[in-house]
Amino acid sequence: MSELPANEGMSLIVQTVTRWLKAFILLFGVYIVIYGHLTPGGGFAGGVIVACSFILLTLAYGQRRGLKAVSRGVAGEMDSVGALIFLAVALAGMIAGGAFFANFIETGEAARFTLPSAGLIPLSNIGIGLKVGMSLFLVFTVLSAMHVAVSGSRRRMISRGEDDR
Amino acid sequence: MDILIVLMVLMIVGAIIAVETTNLLSSIVCVGAVGFLLSIAFLFLGAPDIAITQLVVEILCLIILIRATISRDLTAVSGDREFFGLTVTLATVLAVAAAGILCMADFPAFGQSVMDRITDPPAASSRYLAAGLEKTGAANIVTSVLLDFRAYDTLGEATVLFCSILGALAVLRRKARRRESEETEGDE
Amino acid sequence: MIYALCLILIVIGLYAVVTKKNVVKIVIGLAIAEYGINLLLILIGYRKDGWAPIVSPDMDPAAFAASSVDPIPQALVLTSIVISLGVLALMVALCIRLYERYGTFDVTEMRRLRG
Repeated sequence: MSELPANEGMSLIVQTVTRWLKAFILLFGVYIVIYGHLTPGGGFAGGVIVACSFILLTLAYGQRRGLKAVSRGVAGEMDSVGALIFLAVALAGMIAGGAFFANFIETGEAARFTLPSAGLIPLSNIGIGLKVGMSLFLVFTVLSAMHVAVSGSRRRMISRGEDDR
Repeated sequence: MDILIVLMVLMIVGAIIAVETTNLLSSIVCVGAVGFLLSIAFLFLGAPDIAITQLVVEILCLIILIRATISRDLTAVSGDREFFGLTVTLATVLAVAAAGILCMADFPAFGQSVMDRITDPPAASSRYLAAGLEKTGAANIVTSVLLDFRAYDTLGEATVLFCSILGALAVLRRKARRRESEETEGDE
Repeated sequence: MIYALCLILIVIGLYAVVTKKNVVKIVIGLAIAEYGINLLLILIGYRKDGWAPIVSPDMDPAAFAASSVDPIPQALVLTSIVISLGVLALMVALCIRLYERYGTFDVTEMRRLRG
């Protein structure tokens, strides 16, 4: 399959800033996912921030670099792994607690307001954050691959003398 | 609240510009502006969780929309659809607006939340607020509602997200596109 | 009054969906209608001078339960916002395929061309 040339990325300023910032954005996304039961945030917002860090890498350096960081196969598999983690947590609740999604990890009152406090909730947050982040990055890479390809076919239409609509 | 009314008027102005302008890039940017104002409005309404989520989701929506439409048909399409269909659909929209205004008579006054109108037995929200911390151990009551009291809804939501992303990937498959581009090159 | 403004936002989005010819404008109208609906859900759960539904260590539980805003609409709007993102990605993918097939974003042209 002939690979159309990937986008070259953006200017030097954007690339330098991205090189410094992408790790912090990823870390911030992971922080919002993990502390979801203590501060505002949770799995969904944190997952979108994680996806945004990889999307920033793709926009600044071009598609090849972005796919080298997280390839399409890896993103698809981690998306499914995130969904399976969430489902496994629910089924574990059924096995160990008697009802679907039962919160069976009992942490005492002394552990409130600290990180290992809410039982199954941080594990669910991690599963959801992984799933949302990877699936949104996957759909972005596929959309931008189409973008490159379609502008190629449009150029073909124009060179054939057809009306550019 | 005055600040809320100001924000909503700005949102309506931004929405009208987004819908009516002929330049596609401007209308996408205006939708982004409406989303940011909405995130600020959520902060004033006591929903920091929603504000964070709306902000980052808005950024991602802008990226997807701009990335997908940037090098295509930016300006040409304008005007509305044909006349008879137009009047019927406008009548439908006005009917929806009138029905909405009628339903708003039943709403609680702004500032008195819905859970205060249900007192006997106490509404679900009151019970979750009163017992959320002891029963789940999570300080963020919205997360405990999402992932412990109402976890089925979150399972359904993860499924919907999974299926919509799967649908988007299936629509953009490369194999079918390659067959099609061979066709269009073949029959010149 | 605020509910009326919210309803105007929803109706503007609906108007764009039913009257515009450009398919990207239809997608934008749907996004605006979704913003209006999420805002309406949060508005009916708001309590005057209410606190955010997050407990701090030094808070009295009874006072918290009596003056916090409603957490259930917030949980539902959270899932709604993320679902709208997934649906927007699907709609934009469909727009791209339509542009590839017909060469235009115009909905009336797509009805007339065949195959």
